[in-house]
Amino acid sequence: MSVGGGVVAHADGGAAGHGHGGGHGAHGGGDAHGAGAVHFTLRGYVTGFVAAVILTAIPFWLVMGRTFGSSSITAAVILAFAAVQIVVHMVYFLHMSPKSEGGWNLLALLFTVMLVVIALSGSLWVMYHLNHNMMPESMQNMHHMP
Amino acid sequence: MSEITLSGSTSAAPERTVERATARAVGAHAVADTAPRFYLTHEHHPENGTLFGFWLYLMSDCLVFACLFAVYAVLGRNYAGGPTGAELFELPLVAANTSLLLLSSITYGFAMLEMQRDRLRMTLLWLAITGLLGAGFIGIELHEFTNLIHEGAGPQRSAFLSSFFTLVGTHGLHVTFGIVWLVTLMVQSARHGLIPENRRRLMCLSMFWHFLDVVWIGVFTFVYLMGVLP
Repeated sequence: MSVGGGVVAHADGGAAGHGHGGGHGAHGGGDAHGAGAVHFTLRGYVTGFVAAVILTAIPFWLVMGRTFGSSSITAAVILAFAAVQIVVHMVYFLHMSPKSEGGWNLLALLFTVMLVVIALSGSLWVMYHLNHNMMPESMQNMHHMP
Repeated sequence: MSEITLSGSTSAAPERTVERATARAVGAHAVADTAPRFYLTHEHHPENGTLFGFWLYLMSDCLVFACLFAVYAVLGRNYAGGPTGAELFELPLVAANTSLLLLSSITYGFAMLEMQRDRLRMTLLWLAITGLLGAGFIGIELHEFTNLIHEGAGPQRSAFLSSFFTLVGTHGLHVTFGIVWLVTLMVQSARHGLIPENRRRLMCLSMFWHFLDVVWIGVFTFVYLMGVLP
């Protein structure tokens, strides 16, 4: 078992919860299935944790220390840090890899990301234009009011 | 097990398949066989679909949070003449909360490492520490919420505060149920040991717990940090 090795998470042939206690001698042929459990390593968790601490501390420092004069630059930078940190958590804590569950995990994730992007950007886009268009309209309507 | 290769040669002996699979398992890609190959060389028949099913649940939970984030994105600046985020949010408190949740993520990771080594007592110890850190997070959040409500900045004050309480409160509710689940699994593991069923449950909770930390990244960045920007 590759505990402590360089491999962060690799797919195992056995089903989840199988084979840790014993009967894990056959590490060969079935390993390419990508069907089940992942191996966790201390190095993986520590790497993820250190990266997460750094990626959390910098945005807090940027905002609390008012490092940049412009709000929009700060907002863009901390959003970028958040995106990177989410990937770090996904890889090192949630053990996402293109191989987990034979790729179905990643497929479900990509579909979810697509829906999230549509929901978020769509809402913002529609509501921005709604506010933009409603404002003068209601002003005009007020002229016709008695 | 049906072997599907692009080359389609039937000369591939079974031992060659095993050799290839083994080589792939140790990460060596430089195998003599350079024929293009579909990623899934075997039919995919997971013996236990629980973890994948739980992943799908997490993805649907992700959509719940996406909707709440969208609501906050739309309404987050509608103060209705009331207090703004810059006036209300205490970043040191948020930083403490973030540290607690991040620490609880790695302590849960340590519990999983101990579970792999079949050490029940250490697993339970790390799970207990994780639960305490989670409880600390909930404690600070409740403290923040009661402060806000006492200041007259409750959820009914403005659209900004309604969406804020809904989003952050939903996350807090998830953490609360995560702690309930964690205690349940600690009792189960203490009673029955690290049997396969308990390992599977602990794996699911691991995904749930780390997922909540991922959502919190969005919350502290989008709600708190961007909320106090002038």
